[in-house]
Amino acid sequence: MRKALAVGRKELRQIARDRRTLLILVFVPAFFLLLYGYALNFDIRHVLLAVEDRDGTPQSRAVVSAFVNSGYFDLAASVYDPRAAERLLDLNDARAVLVIPEGLAREVGNGRTATVQVIISGDNANTATTVMGYASSILRTASSQVSPGAVTMAPPVTVEPRIWYNPELRSTLFLVPGLIAYISMITAVTSTALSIVREKEFGTMEQVRMAPIGTLSYVVGKTIPYFVIALASAALIILASMILFGLPMRGSWFALLVAVSLFLVGALGTGLLISTISDTQQIAFQLALLVSLLPTIMLSGFIFPISSMPRVLQLVTYVVPARYFLIALRGIVLKGSSLDTLWIPLAALVIYAAAMLSLASVRLAREHA
Amino acid sequence: MQRLRFLVWKEFLELRMNPRIFGVVIIAPILQLTMLGYAATTDVRNVPIVVADGDRSAASRDLIAHFDASANFTVIDTVTTVSDVEPYLERGRAWLALAIPAGYGRELDAHRPVTVQVIADGTDSNSTTVALGYSTSLVGGYAQDLIAAQMPHGTPAGIDARIRVWFNPQLESRHFMIPGVLALILLVVTANLASMAVVRERELGTLEQLNVTPLRRWELIVGKLLPYGVIALIDVLLVVAVAVFWFEVPLRGSLLLLFAMSIIYVVCTLSLGLFISSISDTQQQAMMTATFFFLMPMIYLSGFIFPIENMPRAIQLVTYLIPLRYFLVIVRGIFLKGIGLDLLWPQALALASWGAVVLGLAVLRSQKRVG
Repeated sequence: MRKALAVGRKELRQIARDRRTLLILVFVPAFFLLLYGYALNFDIRHVLLAVEDRDGTPQSRAVVSAFVNSGYFDLAASVYDPRAAERLLDLNDARAVLVIPEGLAREVGNGRTATVQVIISGDNANTATTVMGYASSILRTASSQVSPGAVTMAPPVTVEPRIWYNPELRSTLFLVPGLIAYISMITAVTSTALSIVREKEFGTMEQVRMAPIGTLSYVVGKTIPYFVIALASAALIILASMILFGLPMRGSWFALLVAVSLFLVGALGTGLLISTISDTQQIAFQLALLVSLLPTIMLSGFIFPISSMPRVLQLVTYVVPARYFLIALRGIVLKGSSLDTLWIPLAALVIYAAAMLSLASVRLAREHA
Repeated sequence: MQRLRFLVWKEFLELRMNPRIFGVVIIAPILQLTMLGYAATTDVRNVPIVVADGDRSAASRDLIAHFDASANFTVIDTVTTVSDVEPYLERGRAWLALAIPAGYGRELDAHRPVTVQVIADGTDSNSTTVALGYSTSLVGGYAQDLIAAQMPHGTPAGIDARIRVWFNPQLESRHFMIPGVLALILLVVTANLASMAVVRERELGTLEQLNVTPLRRWELIVGKLLPYGVIALIDVLLVVAVAVFWFEVPLRGSLLLLFAMSIIYVVCTLSLGLFISSISDTQQQAMMTATFFFLMPMIYLSGFIFPIENMPRAIQLVTYLIPLRYFLVIVRGIFLKGIGLDLLWPQALALASWGAVVLGLAVLRSQKRVG
């Protein structure tokens, strides 16, 4: 242990000398949380709507204003030609086109049904699904407004939605825990990924090899200073998200500390393992990105729901540590879950961290021999 | 020209001495594409739902059967009271809970309106919005059927909505994500590798040696970047092939235009790599700068996943500085909409000017440093 601490002290001194890297490791994560926390959301408002009103009656204008007044749609343009509407969709100057047929007022007045067309640009499937929902519910309401003579019958069954944990369905509360996981993962992995390979490249690894240090204490010693830095930066971004984005804290701080620490040790271990495998910093960097950047965005449930993925890919997500950390983090801060409900993801994090650190030391020991 | 050829040759030899680099530039993109193609789906299917059936009548079982029969829902369990659903939601085993009140069947038979409750786990706000939409429209359709069963003559007057989706009628999020992946992979491969290739020479001190050779400055720059440009263009072909033949993303526009635009884009990303290398002393710095100040903002703020129109105004302005933004519009336009240069020229122009400015900056910076 004393030897591990000595390695840790040496590493800390080396980090302190490279100011730029140190600053990046501590403050940049907080900066990114700020930037992305504000920038990213899935809350779809102000959908650009083009209107092709071929009827031009008070009734057709009522339909148009039902769209504009809903708060979801902004009137981008009025067109009189289907080709103009097509061009607007092509250029992304409109995301949806509302086509009101000639004779809408007449048909509805005579107690018949008129068909209104809504064309939605489907390039972003997610946005399009939501816009579809908005459009059909607006038209349903507008229908009863413009045809007062029609018999409106109360539906026998209605739904009363109730939303737990995030009643306003703010996507920020969903994305910010993911950002915390993602930013911590990247900083932790990249910080250690270069630490051993650098010594290899500079030839100082030979000196370390001569020194009377066991591989495990060398690995642990390398981890300690980065762990302290990563923990500080994680604390900073978690506090920032609570103050700035209203991320609630419904569980216990102790549980949060346990989850964050386990996750960080696993991430640092991943970096070290990469570092022992790679021969050059260039390779180490590419590997670090490959292992941490994409899986943490794609396969952790940060943005894309795991249950919608194909079976095989769902199996792959079991080796992504961020998956477990996100369950634990969202559970603790949003749902107020306690440690005993979260023992499965936490145990998985322990296993992951232990596996990474021991693989790194085994790998290093083999190089020693 | 001959000098240039030697430098390019040397660069390739250096790449070859490092066998893992081929894994990085050839296998990694394919791996990423497959992963992204399958994982990056915002489609919501098979929502796990738990039912609290307080009625246990034929009518309530009929409603539950409708949920179970729908492709959007999977009923995972049935409990008796609303409080029983809490552990399901807390552990994330179910996203929604359907609560049918006691007396549901009796009220329906008496033609009195009755309300069922849908409780949603709001943690994943995006999927929850979609899932709630599914449940409302399912119950709405169910109610419509009940009305129709009561009064079988004719439909009431009003407006009938016909909603059509263009460019991607099945609303597959894959068709939106995969063209984006092409842009992302090119960025990761070229910007990073190019930045580290130059810094490496500086770190090892061999840049000085290159400086005393009779190579002109532009020859040095072109020679260093060309090999990575070639690799990037191979990646373009590879990724487009996988996208079209494996994922069946429609390529409605011209392949030639796509290729030409990719060349402009690759010049941009290579210049970016050169610029990063000119402001970094060590490979570690180059890598950190590339990842944190260029790569991450580009992924998040370019519209790759998160629509730009949802962002606050100030940040929308920032996105105009991101070349990926323009390239994404171009690739998606060519793939999904089949549009050509007549509509895409503003993006192409923006991309080309961005590349010119950054390349100029990089050349200026590196002159000052080495000269």
